[in-house]
Amino acid sequence: MDELILAGKGFRSRLFVGTGKFSSNEVMGKAVSASGSELVTVALKRVDINDKEDDMVSHLMLPGVNLLPNTSGVRTAKEALFAAELAREALETNWIKLEIHPDPRYLLPDHRETLKAAEELVKKGFIVLPYINADPVFCKQLEETGVAAVMPLGSPIGSNSGLKTRTMLEIIIEESNIPVVVDAGIGAPSQAAEAMEMGADAVLVNTAIAVANDPVRMAEAFGLAVEAGRMAFMAKLGKKSAHAVASSPLTSFLDD
Amino acid sequence: MSFKEIYTKYDWDEIKTEIYMKDGSHVEAALSKTGARSMEDLMALLSPAAAPFLEQMANLSHELTQKRFGKTLQMYIPLYLSNKCSNNCLYCGFRNKNRIKRITLTMDQIIEEVKVIKSYGFDHILLVTGESRESAGVEYFEEVLRLIRPYFSNISMEVQPMEQEDYERLIKLGLNTVLVYQETYGKKYHEFHPVGMKSDFFYRLDTPDRIGSAGIHKIGLGALLGLDDWRTDSWFTGLHLNYLKKRYWRTRFSVSFPRLRPATGVIEPKVVVTDRDLAQMICAYRIFDENLELSISTRESVRFRDNAIKIGITSISAGSKTEPGGYTADTGELEQFEINDSRTPEEIACMISSKGYEPVWKDWDIHYGI
Repeated sequence: MDELILAGKGFRSRLFVGTGKFSSNEVMGKAVSASGSELVTVALKRVDINDKEDDMVSHLMLPGVNLLPNTSGVRTAKEALFAAELAREALETNWIKLEIHPDPRYLLPDHRETLKAAEELVKKGFIVLPYINADPVFCKQLEETGVAAVMPLGSPIGSNSGLKTRTMLEIIIEESNIPVVVDAGIGAPSQAAEAMEMGADAVLVNTAIAVANDPVRMAEAFGLAVEAGRMAFMAKLGKKSAHAVASSPLTSFLDD
Repeated sequence: MSFKEIYTKYDWDEIKTEIYMKDGSHVEAALSKTGARSMEDLMALLSPAAAPFLEQMANLSHELTQKRFGKTLQMYIPLYLSNKCSNNCLYCGFRNKNRIKRITLTMDQIIEEVKVIKSYGFDHILLVTGESRESAGVEYFEEVLRLIRPYFSNISMEVQPMEQEDYERLIKLGLNTVLVYQETYGKKYHEFHPVGMKSDFFYRLDTPDRIGSAGIHKIGLGALLGLDDWRTDSWFTGLHLNYLKKRYWRTRFSVSFPRLRPATGVIEPKVVVTDRDLAQMICAYRIFDENLELSISTRESVRFRDNAIKIGITSISAGSKTEPGGYTADTGELEQFEINDSRTPEEIACMISSKGYEPVWKDWDIHYGI
């Protein structure tokens, strides 16, 4: 597969994996390995930053796997900045997945606060990957702040509903100069493949893997689906047609 | 519109009758929907007619809970700070008529308790008191929060109702969650709460609004099971919840299901709530609101708790002592209620793992929301 370049760093896998909701840290570690993912998100709130041997982080110390701390739980830009600083110190990375969702039920992103935080974090030297609604104009505004990628949602987090925002995602992919990572709502490998076929640069999956009966096999399935989807995109899919084009009733007179 | 205005539109007896009139077709309709269910649906899910659907409800509840919360359970532990109380709630071991030794922990005593709690591995703590503004008022709570904040990522409180500005002061010092149970939404409230601040039904009813207005992260609601008809109380809790979550949209909500437990000098439950009833209630709340946090304490039996975690529960206490100072000294007779599951936190964590769940000790950061 062609490499994904994100903030100057190359990734062979275009699948990012979230690490919440697993039945144990051991299963989580195995699932990450099976997925082939090289970038996994870690909620700062789950990590004991004073514990050098934090169990969750220890299980992610896998060859080729990079940690992407997230700000899950924060409700404002101010809290996000604080969380990012803590994460940078604790996990020794300046990469941050910026997520600000003041609505604790559907975890939908707050764009006003996200923009404020993105501007500040970029200035402070962070590699910022913001989780956002599938809003094409907002993606361009974020791009102008210098974020490394945009991460629009396919549908609400954990909903397994697939690409409900498809039309907007298509516009975002068409217009973006930075990588587009479809985040949230992807509930099946087929949906991950669909996002990749559309031209998304990567996808992020968590619930669908963690909550599967066999998370390790499901992780592998997602890895394969993402690869297949990307390959199909590169190979250029044929145009869809709803019906066979046999005759031209409106223009056949031109041939008479 | 305040919740009082909404609440007074409903008549307890009429709602109760409506719940008992629901039939299987209403339950099937509620189960076949997706997304949030209506108050009508909640009636059906809580009704006697839902009893034959319990296995189906449990399966749906299991699936919805895993989708939203994953295969995880949040661990927490209560820390009883004081058993002084000016109320005389007939069901509570701390009632003022009870001739028990009354104590309020000093800061030195609290630190000793905290050391024991930390040795168990806890990071989320629930502070509990009776209602005594003189010995455990807002200044005392401020002192406690300053003291314990360095040791915990998430601090909850279950104490007397306070004013909005009191909550604001405590939130600044790291308070994350306030639990305030109405106990019962029915007319019998006054019978069980004859004196003290708690005898004011509407002041208590309005408390979640004051907490929400103060900008808290999480509010916990619940009815005490055993006082009046649990189906009707659960429905009113759902009504309260629906009102609150639209108004305080940044706030998370949890519901608990405390069943009356034996304690020194208290009344017997007026209504028996069986394990089957409690299971139905848990599933009904989950199907009603898939984002709701559902909590279970050591009031419940080993057998019930071990199984409840698969049908909708998202947080669980372990190793609890319900008397102030109970973690450092075994004082026994001072407790608020008798513990029903006395396993150690480690044993509970092992049980959770063996059921295919991850016990989560830390899922917050004390720096958030300050």
